[in-house]
Amino acid sequence: MTDVATLWSYLSTTPLIWLTTTIIAYLIADGVARQLGNPPWANPVLLSVLLIAPVLWMTQTDYTAYFEGAQFIHFLLGPATVALALPLWDNWGTIRASVAPIVLALLAGSIVAAGSAIMLAGAFGLPIEVLLSLAPKSTTAPVALGISEAVGGIPALTAVLVIMTGIIGAVTVTPLMNLLRITDWRARGFAVGVAAHGIGTARAFQVNPVAGAYAGIAMALNALLTSLIVPLLVRWLV
Amino acid sequence: MLYTLGLLLGCQLLGEVTAQVFGLPIPGPVLGLALLVLIFGAMPTLAERLRPTTTVILANLSFMFVPAGVGVIGNLEVLSTDGFALLSILILSTVLSMLAAVGTFIGVRHAAERWSQ
Repeated sequence: MTDVATLWSYLSTTPLIWLTTTIIAYLIADGVARQLGNPPWANPVLLSVLLIAPVLWMTQTDYTAYFEGAQFIHFLLGPATVALALPLWDNWGTIRASVAPIVLALLAGSIVAAGSAIMLAGAFGLPIEVLLSLAPKSTTAPVALGISEAVGGIPALTAVLVIMTGIIGAVTVTPLMNLLRITDWRARGFAVGVAAHGIGTARAFQVNPVAGAYAGIAMALNALLTSLIVPLLVRWLV
Repeated sequence: MLYTLGLLLGCQLLGEVTAQVFGLPIPGPVLGLALLVLIFGAMPTLAERLRPTTTVILANLSFMFVPAGVGVIGNLEVLSTDGFALLSILILSTVLSMLAAVGTFIGVRHAAERWSQ
């Protein structure tokens, strides 16, 4: 019979263990969130991370080793983004009728997302490279990392800030919109898609399919707009 | 399922190739999304064929962000001494951005409705 140490050293060389751990953690997190009726604070991404982090810590597994397994899940973000075409197509009629609100809300949300981050970072007296890493935080990770690098930020810091922004948007959108008594699912979804990219979009789909569709549009359009706007805002505000 | 996955990956691949060849600042999957909408426009019956698998994928969108989320925990030291300031900025800036977007969306929609009356 193999002892535990040998078994562990075998398992830790295959992607199987961290792939399985991630799926189980998510099933638990999502199950708990559903049981509670998907309250905003029970965010499935956040809960899954809080379940997995102690396991990695106890087994002394570094992130690179974890990602060997988890990369297969991470990869699915690509086709999942393409899949947003279906809800977009389903809502094509109302989208065509809302071109003006979509374009102007995109501009407003995107400029405020980057501009307020730059100005607040200045007010807090943060170092310039931290400020520049913060500017693209509301757009989807691959775009944000590219912008961060181009304007002189730290891509590794931007990666962390982007994910945190997504979780913050996903957790705050429902209480904020309820407080303001906003009942238009298109507007609610669009706002969270602009401010909190894919994690915000995932929350929108949890709440309402129309909100999800509009969040998806906002995320896709903001990927384009942020890469144009951040370099300009940096020039004007920094 | 495989048909849907093949088409989604095919659109992503074309998107990646387009972005690389033309040096566009847009990620391949976002271009793939736009391409798939165009394909639906040309073949509306395709949407129903893709619906079952696509619905499952989008219902579990949060799942695909878990590896990146775990990366945040493993990388928290990049926040260094600025952690509190950064968290405050992220919360404020995200809320402000949502307020700007939702206010503009609803304001413009109302203005457009009044205009058309």
